[in-house]
Amino acid sequence: RASSPSPRTPPPVSPLSHSLFVYSQQKELMSKKRDEFEDILEERRVSSDLRYAMKCYAPVIYKGLSPCKPNAIKSAVLQSEQVQYVIKQLAKETGESPDIIQEEAMEILDEMGHSMQLGAVRFFAFTLSKIFKRLFQRVCVNEEGMQRLQQAIQEHPVVLLPSHRSYIDFLMLSYLLYTYDLALPVIAAGIDFLGMKIVGELLRRAGAFFMRRSFGGNRLYWAVFAEYVKTMLRNGYAPIEFFLEGTRSRTAKTLTPKFGLLSIVMEPFFKREVFDTYLVPISISYERILEESLYAYELLGVPKPKESTSGLLKARRILSDNFGTIHIYVGQPVSLRTLASGRINRCPYNLVPRHLPQKPSDDIQEFVSDVAYKMELLQIENMVLRPWVLVAAVLLQNLPAVDFELLIEKTLWLKGLTQTFGGFIEWPDNLCAKKAITSGLALHSNIARLVDGHVVLNDKGAEDGAVGEIIFKRALAVLMCGTYRNQLLNVFVRPSLVVVALQMTRSFRKEEVYSCFSFLRDVFSDEFIFFPGISLKDFEEGCFLLTKCGAIQTTQQEIYPTDKGSVVISFLSAMFRPFMEGYQLIFRYLSKEAKETFTEKQFISGVRNFVFQLLEKGNTQCYEALSSDIQKNALAALVQLGAVKKKKIPCVDLLEIKPVAARL
Amino acid sequence: MAAPAEEAAGSGPGSPSSARRRLSIISGHLRGSPWAPGREGPSPSPCKARGAPAGPASGSIPKKRQELLKWNGWGYNDSKFIFNKKGQAEFTGRRYRLGGMVLPTFKEWIEKTFGASLEHKSTSRASLNVNDVPPSIISEEFLQDLIATKISYSQDAEDRVFRAHGHCLHEIFALREGIFRRIPDIVVWPVCHEDVVKIVELACKHSLCIIPFGGGTSVSSALECPEEEKRTIVSLDTSQMNRILWIDEKNLTACVEAGIVGQDLEKQLAESGFCTGHEPDSMEFSSLGGWVATRASGMKKNIYGNIEDLVIHIKMVTPRGIVEKNCQVPRMSTGPDIHHFIMGSEGTLGVVTEVTVKIRPVPEYQKYGSVVFPNFERGVACLREVAKQRCAPASIRLVDNAQFQFGHALKPQVASIFTSFLDGLKKFYITKFKGFDPNILCVATLLFEGDREKVLQHEKQVYDIATKFGGLAAGEDNGQRGYMLTFVIAYLRDLGLDYYVIGESFETSVPWDRVLDLCRNVKERIVRECKEKGVQFAPFSTCRVTQTYDAGACVYFYFAFNYRGISDPIHVYEQIERAAREEILANGGSLSHHHGGNFSPFLPDLQGKCL
Repeated sequence: RASSPSPRTPPPVSPLSHSLFVYSQQKELMSKKRDEFEDILEERRVSSDLRYAMKCYAPVIYKGLSPCKPNAIKSAVLQSEQVQYVIKQLAKETGESPDIIQEEAMEILDEMGHSMQLGAVRFFAFTLSKIFKRLFQRVCVNEEGMQRLQQAIQEHPVVLLPSHRSYIDFLMLSYLLYTYDLALPVIAAGIDFLGMKIVGELLRRAGAFFMRRSFGGNRLYWAVFAEYVKTMLRNGYAPIEFFLEGTRSRTAKTLTPKFGLLSIVMEPFFKREVFDTYLVPISISYERILEESLYAYELLGVPKPKESTSGLLKARRILSDNFGTIHIYVGQPVSLRTLASGRINRCPYNLVPRHLPQKPSDDIQEFVSDVAYKMELLQIENMVLRPWVLVAAVLLQNLPAVDFELLIEKTLWLKGLTQTFGGFIEWPDNLCAKKAITSGLALHSNIARLVDGHVVLNDKGAEDGAVGEIIFKRALAVLMCGTYRNQLLNVFVRPSLVVVALQMTRSFRKEEVYSCFSFLRDVFSDEFIFFPGISLKDFEEGCFLLTKCGAIQTTQQEIYPTDKGSVVISFLSAMFRPFMEGYQLIFRYLSKEAKETFTEKQFISGVRNFVFQLLEKGNTQCYEALSSDIQKNALAALVQLGAVKKKKIPCVDLLEIKPVAARL
Repeated sequence: MAAPAEEAAGSGPGSPSSARRRLSIISGHLRGSPWAPGREGPSPSPCKARGAPAGPASGSIPKKRQELLKWNGWGYNDSKFIFNKKGQAEFTGRRYRLGGMVLPTFKEWIEKTFGASLEHKSTSRASLNVNDVPPSIISEEFLQDLIATKISYSQDAEDRVFRAHGHCLHEIFALREGIFRRIPDIVVWPVCHEDVVKIVELACKHSLCIIPFGGGTSVSSALECPEEEKRTIVSLDTSQMNRILWIDEKNLTACVEAGIVGQDLEKQLAESGFCTGHEPDSMEFSSLGGWVATRASGMKKNIYGNIEDLVIHIKMVTPRGIVEKNCQVPRMSTGPDIHHFIMGSEGTLGVVTEVTVKIRPVPEYQKYGSVVFPNFERGVACLREVAKQRCAPASIRLVDNAQFQFGHALKPQVASIFTSFLDGLKKFYITKFKGFDPNILCVATLLFEGDREKVLQHEKQVYDIATKFGGLAAGEDNGQRGYMLTFVIAYLRDLGLDYYVIGESFETSVPWDRVLDLCRNVKERIVRECKEKGVQFAPFSTCRVTQTYDAGACVYFYFAFNYRGISDPIHVYEQIERAAREEILANGGSLSHHHGGNFSPFLPDLQGKCL
């Protein structure tokens, strides 16, 4: 492994534009020091929620803030050169009168715009206090992160980038900022929330603004939306919050980032309308995810219920359930200016008036993508891992049942390995392993239980009923359990893929192993989060970690597994086996069963049936291949690799390339 | 673009450069009489200046510059800021309006702004140590040839050192604390065009290089001698070529020798009732040839235009002959305008010897004015509107709050209680009655020129616009003081240097819609860079919108900081200035509006790849 540069030297401004990102990643791997957590519910349990909701709320604000009301923002947006330009353009093209288009723009704004009101905020502060106290044992926050955030909010416009696992995410984050007397964020929410009566409007008053799920073709919508976000950012009106992942991850595995909103919030800096912008990665981890069973159903093809107020009321029975602890880690604010320095030399925005819509240049697009991945990797890095995550990982490798004592032993072993790999484990109150695992089992009794000194998956109702029913129940349990194991995957993926590559190539030559690793990395590029274009660095990091835990030895040319490393190696390869097998099944389906052309929908139901049949016949044990998540990711990867060709929506066209499938 | 000074005119004939090739082609188009070395120049008329009696020249600046001007700082020996026995700031001498006046609040301002203390002085060397000066390396043959031409010259160490630099911060710093490694080997004083032709001819013959020297006020390092230069360096001082050759009242033009300094030019033209109206801040010392060579801009360009608008004809001596047009006309369309490669060439292509400029009758009436705005944004909006309506007065400048306070600190002790009472009243009116925040408000200074009636009319128009943007008329006195500031600012830098404060100015040209963002970002960048580079006290970082155009504005930055605790202040300073320039570029500004300079490190960013 090449020695990494001393952490003190500033990253060189080199044509190898990624160096900045990579070095900092490695540096953090070496010396991970994380802040302490503080439980914010503790205070709430002993003092009045009402008084808390009515407290004096005077947050610190951005130094360049030009104060204005939500409606003033809307009219500023409507009158802005940017929007007016597009209105005129459209009027010219369509022959429609500008007034009518302007009206349309106004309607879009009314649909979109938030109307943050302190009253609604206080209402939420009160009810959320009540709800959170019932749902969660503790809500832990790194206070130092909050202090850094407070500082950042005053200096430059701030963009909050939380991970997205649950609807709780943005409620919790606003609640948190209110608790710490920080400026409440305006939040980009999906338009589907507006379908919920009252609640939608309440959210709007609490600072949510709503974006349509897809508006690629609608220039007016795009212009109004982009300008709305940018106006709030430039004025320093409030921190802007959105989810890089675009939607809640149903698998608790970080989704590949979406770039649209990120490039919008970065633009004011590119155009130098602001001096800098802070991007703040926030990692929110749940000991037990509120929507866990909903997600599992959804992944198996039972559709997600539409957001509705009555649905919400029905869901209130969960209030009697226990969802353990939430950990919120507010990361170090990242200066966009620092990220961009040396990357974007010639400002492409100098030669065109700034209000004209302009497609970002290739290097800007690449930069936006790099920043998005960087932020997600930072989220992953600070994602808290609870003991149950380790238990789930061990359990899934030892189905159908594992001896309780063995489980404890293996969990402890995995704890050590996870820490070696840089995982952020929060062990509850220094409990002994047995107690921690028992309490984890208690919390997740819907997933696993203790039977006769053995831990088994809780697939109740699977014993009786038809074969199909049994498989479905079993798959549900596996997927729910997988949701927790998944939280480890991005920490483990680099060394694990090295291990898998080592086994696949059956060779010790570094070159060959690397080439296989690189191939796997491409295949799984939508499954796991890799910083774009640094395959070699990832490989080196994987090798480094494996060497560190004694699983391999490397020379200049070769990589050898060590004798004592066999445990680690077999564990890692087993951990990723569901993905290897799942992808293989999908490729098999594509090469044998699929028609020449098909839609994504057809593909998913096709794969599902195919896998289901195999499971019925007992020809595979890979329940996870039933997950629509794996199926979609595999398809996306194939499209990227050029094995499958995508035609204009809504059809997806298929051209199979067999060697690719054969290789896995 | 501006090549470094070593490409100066007269570099050896054996090193053909593309610039010179282009030049010869273009000059071939011109007069068809290329002048070759060894032949008599094309201008046969004898030099009238030759017979003039020796002694003090007719210009304000003597051959021995050091007799009148500071050797290690800006301007006249007798004019400088000092702290008197009472510890109050005072400006010495009688040359300026501020001369002899006590500035009661200035000391406090310095201490507050820079964290400087009068106890901590960083004194300059008292005088030049002649023994430190690099020896003059010169061949006997050349010296014999030179003597034969009867052109005055000097190998004196002082004379040579004083022509080895302009007024960049690092140059002045080097004078105060160290010495230049390379300086001119000889100084020559041609008195007319023909002398220059002879000198250039000799330079070609002996393979020497020439660095033309006009007023010595360059801030682009163009006068710096390259350390690695092995050839003899000749400093060609044009200061004795300072006559007005003729005035053409019918066409309103005057032909002037390039060495004349601004104040002499205006003084002498005024005797005939004319002016050029070209008033760069350095006009007391900078020369006509220098203005041409650096594409200068004057404060009153709104009426008179920048140098490129003023120039009708240029005569330039190059190693391959003389470049000039064959007529003195307002415009022509035979190919690219040769004036446009001369202007901005900073002495790299040849020596400008004679320039025909436009002249105007001296205006009948002049009036200063000022407007206070509640904030900088409103002020910029007002200037933009004034530019849009094309009714800018001779000069209109908008200073930001920091510079307003700076100007305020330079207010002399008031003579009477009445004036101080009036000042108090004014302040009360603006801050209390009108609700302007004294830490946010900013001021525009105005200068109107023309016949009385039109000036008054014009004034009303501008004030009416200002009112629309929340501006309040703030009197002539404030306006006048604003302009005075630009003449004494260079003296202030010398004072700063005495107390560990270094500073410099730079400027940019920027489209209107980016003015505010650029000003804010550049100032912020400076503050940030200072912090990162370990500057202990927040820097003074201020700007003014100093010229308006149809499509944009010129923004001028002052930047200074207290360097105590920093071992290599000049290096730190240069890094910060470079960062500030990068910021300007990123904000859509240009590297320079009128200072010019050697920007080769930035070149790949500035132009298309084909250049």
